[in-house]
Amino acid sequence: MTSADTRSQKYPVGIDSVSMAEIERRVPAGEAPPLPPNAQLAVIGKSIPRINGRAKVTGAAPFTVDVKLPGMLYARLLRSPLPHARVMSIDIGAAERHPGVRAIHVINDVVGRAVETTGQNTPAGTSGRRVLYVGDPIAAVAAVTPEAAQAAVDLIKVDYQPLAFVVDLEDARKPDAPRVFTHPVHGESFAGGNPAGAALPQQGNVLGPNKSGSRGDAAAGFADADVVVEHEFRTQVQTHCCLEPHGLVADWRKDGLTVHMSTQFTAGIRAELAAAFGLPLSRVRVIVDAMGGGFGSKSSAGNYARAAVTLSRQANAPVRLVLDRHEEQIDSGNRPATVQRLRVGARRNGTLTAIAIDTYGTSGVGLGAGIGNFAQAIYDCANFELLQSDVFINAGPGCAMRAPGNVPGAFALEQTIDELAEKLGMDPLTLRERIDLSAVRREERRIGAARFGWNRRRAPGSDSGPIKRGLGMAQSLWGANVRTNSACEVRIFRDGSVEVLSSVQDIGTGIGTVLAQVVAEELGLRPEDITVRIGDTEYPAGPPSYGSLTTASITPPARNAAYQVLRKLIEIVAPSIAAAAGNLVARAGRISTADNSRSIGFREAAAQLPTDQIGVVASRSDDYAGFARKMGDMASAQNALGGVQFAEVAVDTETGIVRVERVVAVQDCGRPMNPLQIESQVQGGILQGISYALFEERILDRHTGHMLNANLEQYKILRSRETPAIEVHLLENYQGMSATDAYGIAEPSNIATAPAIANAVYNAIGVRLRQLPMSPAAVLAALGRIPQRSGPT
Amino acid sequence: MNSFEWSSPRDIAQAAGVATTTVAAAMVSQSGRLSTDGVVFKAGGIDLLDLMKEGLLAPRGIVNLREIPDLAVIAQADDGGVRIGANVTLAQLAADPVIRTRFLALADVAGNSASPQIRQVATIGGNLLQRPRCWYFRSRDHHCARKGGEVCFAFAGENQYHAIFDHNGCAMVHPSTSATALVALGAKLELTGAAGTKRVVGLEQFFLLPEVDIQRENDLTPGEILTAILLPPPAPTSRSIHIKQGETDSFDWPIADVAVALDTAPGGACRAAAVILGAAAPVPHRAKAAEALLVGKTIDADVARAAAHAALQGAAPLTKNAYKLPIFETLVRRAILAVVRGG
Ligand SMILES: Cc1cc2nc3c(=O)[nH]c(=O)nc-3n(C[C@H](O)[C@H](O)[C@H](O)COP(=O)(O)OP(=O)(O)OC[C@H]3O[C@@H](n4cnc5c(N)ncnc54)[C@H](O)[C@@H]3O)c2cc1C
Ligand code: SF4
Repeated sequence: MTSADTRSQKYPVGIDSVSMAEIERRVPAGEAPPLPPNAQLAVIGKSIPRINGRAKVTGAAPFTVDVKLPGMLYARLLRSPLPHARVMSIDIGAAERHPGVRAIHVINDVVGRAVETTGQNTPAGTSGRRVLYVGDPIAAVAAVTPEAAQAAVDLIKVDYQPLAFVVDLEDARKPDAPRVFTHPVHGESFAGGNPAGAALPQQGNVLGPNKSGSRGDAAAGFADADVVVEHEFRTQVQTHCCLEPHGLVADWRKDGLTVHMSTQFTAGIRAELAAAFGLPLSRVRVIVDAMGGGFGSKSSAGNYARAAVTLSRQANAPVRLVLDRHEEQIDSGNRPATVQRLRVGARRNGTLTAIAIDTYGTSGVGLGAGIGNFAQAIYDCANFELLQSDVFINAGPGCAMRAPGNVPGAFALEQTIDELAEKLGMDPLTLRERIDLSAVRREERRIGAARFGWNRRRAPGSDSGPIKRGLGMAQSLWGANVRTNSACEVRIFRDGSVEVLSSVQDIGTGIGTVLAQVVAEELGLRPEDITVRIGDTEYPAGPPSYGSLTTASITPPARNAAYQVLRKLIEIVAPSIAAAAGNLVARAGRISTADNSRSIGFREAAAQLPTDQIGVVASRSDDYAGFARKMGDMASAQNALGGVQFAEVAVDTETGIVRVERVVAVQDCGRPMNPLQIESQVQGGILQGISYALFEERILDRHTGHMLNANLEQYKILRSRETPAIEVHLLENYQGMSATDAYGIAEPSNIATAPAIANAVYNAIGVRLRQLPMSPAAVLAALGRIPQRSGPT
Repeated sequence: MNSFEWSSPRDIAQAAGVATTTVAAAMVSQSGRLSTDGVVFKAGGIDLLDLMKEGLLAPRGIVNLREIPDLAVIAQADDGGVRIGANVTLAQLAADPVIRTRFLALADVAGNSASPQIRQVATIGGNLLQRPRCWYFRSRDHHCARKGGEVCFAFAGENQYHAIFDHNGCAMVHPSTSATALVALGAKLELTGAAGTKRVVGLEQFFLLPEVDIQRENDLTPGEILTAILLPPPAPTSRSIHIKQGETDSFDWPIADVAVALDTAPGGACRAAAVILGAAAPVPHRAKAAEALLVGKTIDADVARAAAHAALQGAAPLTKNAYKLPIFETLVRRAILAVVRGG
């Protein structure tokens, strides 16, 4: 940047409740001026109800499943009933003769799983494919009614040659286990835990270990330790359980493809489908309105969307394909299971000397069951050793799920740190004061401990009755992610109305409301004055709703676009009120001089526009102090995100039932944009965390390979009566990094919950649960209360 | 779900005249392929529609019993007991003042079943006749012995929610928690056959163990309508309770449930005891040893503890459900003490 393109500005920095200072930054010339802390703002940082809240609670908000196009057909998928088989032949004759059928598509190319370098996944006609798990898609049918589509699916005859299979993680590691893949595999880390890595050793079903991420000399560190804690932790497979299933309506026309889809990344789906079907980006349009959750599982088009588009092209009609709950559970992604062996060494004063982790996990037929960067990055420790392996089993592929990797990673490490504290005779907070260099979390611990009443914590197992209460805490760490390829347009119309446009979608977090706030603040208007147009690739390409990067990526360009379009308007109207443009600001619905001596209403100002509308498109500039890492469109800020959570539990030691009674969360996300919505995100993260800690688990039958609880009845999940009192406190952490200085919250709020509960359970009963979920069976087993004559689960 | 014929008779005589199959019979198949010639009764439809939507049942016709007004009343019986129409909903039972004062275990169980929405629709008759929730049984892809297949998948498979007693060939647990309470209260069923003939049978005798018949849970015969549940008048000195323990407390099934009814002489010894375990066996399980231990004793914490221990005599847990033993023992002890203390 030449100095002509940049200017110097002073930005507020610091944690509002600790101390504030100013820092000088060189920023691109087009950047909106620095924002003061939230207390001095009119709209940003205020709790504003979401703009489509009423529509949602009254049922008026349109979801993808509500989309009905003229002549629309209904599609169903034929899925493998076997966990592993060679497809010898497929006979679609009878299905084709069904009177309601309009198109049949046999799926030969599958995506979203590990790929063998040779053999599997190569389209060797209809008889060459191997199906790798129960639910592996085989064919798709479009028909005039859903019933006809199902009937036709049932008419497809598949001749399978069953093959040996394995669905148990431990069985799969044995040298003589049936092989899921027989050739070397490659592929991306779908589950997001950590890189699958190129050219890793592959032995049977085990791929790895991947040693990247290690530093220092762990052996020397342990030799230096006064105390070493070592244990194995096990976490289960969790499914996403989006209330709104995966689904789309694909409409293939001569002039291009339009897709209405429940997705967390409209622009990404556009790119994916354009590439898959050889269409120019300009001929693919992806639209989503209201969405009922994704949690990472609706980031890509997958096999089902490809099938729907293919059917639409074949049938020359719009095709609707919506998965049912059973399909959701077996083939829409999941959080991989992990087995982590952790070893942590420390000096008597608490200083960490070494951390060593050997972990394996399974993402089914996918990759990336690693444990993220939690243990690697959260504490000060020079010697760190990490070995990570993927184990293949015949089950649906995992995919990213809310803070992938770090959620199971934190469960293991945060319990180990607590155990270390106990061995050192230190309070868990005191130990973290020593080993955690983050000033943000220090403040979070201080606030949290006070609000929670940490001083009520007693020695483990203090209650004398059968119901024992305990207190615990744990910390969170997540990258402050940004997608620089994120754009937004702001338009002002001649009647004074204002539009903000971006393809960014509202996964349910309320980004549309935040955009209205940002633009309203800049233009001196109210959020309800701003028309928000999002969730459509007709608008400037916005970021995905994953990686907790949406707010960080799209609010700065929104503000800059608003700022720049306002400058244009001001240039136009300044002469009419005899003021210098540089002197004019927008506030309280008027454009006025700083001293308010001269002004004009926003509407009257807009009336002077020479054209019906003016607009500016802006895209995300780099963080002012630069990024810690940047790869293509994706970057991470220098400061990570975090939080600290405190949990209070009651454990019935006679029934093994654990209930969480209260959670206090203190979280940071840079500048909080809309506390109401952020609190709601944090509550959701906590509830999902409790559910992960206590209830959820995919159960596969090892003899048949089927998921036995592929519903929301036997797949146990937290509901109303398991919901505790939750208190959320937000730090305002200013860093002077962008036009809004805002970062994400969704994932960091899901990381500390399970270990905080586990630490509280330990404090209640004096016995550690190192396995998830902490079910009655697991708790009773840990307490030694299950009669020995048959083993616990 | 398949298409079907629908009829909605207005009285019992009309309904009992329609040729029907029991749902159990309509679901049995040797080949594993669905039979499509059954005609079955529907009350609230919660269980029936579940089975149809899961592709486990495809009846040719459905006879809706919901339009028969006589079936939806709770009335005082001649013997001083209560007559509960089969169509009375769980919500109705939970709110009924007579049930709440004289048959607390039943009010407990009705109010704690499923979810508020389901309780508004679910009938007590349909509840007693619902089919097992064993996840193999509920899976189209597992043709188990109860559906006419060769094997039970539970013994070698995932049996954490299965039976710890009497699992001879089939380890499902009876799904009805109402049954646990009603057996403790000594309920009888009034069944009306095709020609309008009535029979009355004890609820406990009505349920069948797998060794008697693995393909049906009860002795309902084709065409028979469950018309009423008859509760004998409880002794004025008796009290009852039902405790349901689920992994979660909302919208969930029990991992263990227990009903206890005790008749205690004022300030003195226990005269009669019923201790029934639900989610423990393919039928509501009467803990006879526990009952024997309670009768004749003045019940205190030690007696309750001993009875709770005795309640698990003969238990034979499977590979993954021994954790249920301490839970049952706890629930039985707590239930006995709660009844004694009037809690
Ligand atoms: C999530 C969930 C949780 C649940 N939790 C519990 C629980 O905790 N405890 C519990 O007990 N139940 C529970 N249930 C089950 C529920 O209460 C029953 O499914 C319901 O009571 C069935 O009643 P219905 O009127 O809908 O019966 P229907 O589905 O209409 O009928 C059930 C069966 O009875 C037959 N039938 C019905 N009425 C008659 C009659 N008068 N004569 C002859 N045959 C008849 C039908 O043919 C059918 O076979 C739960 C259900 C769900 C979905
Ligand atoms: S327990 Fe009974 S219902 Fe379940 S699989 Fe075995 S035979 Fe079938």
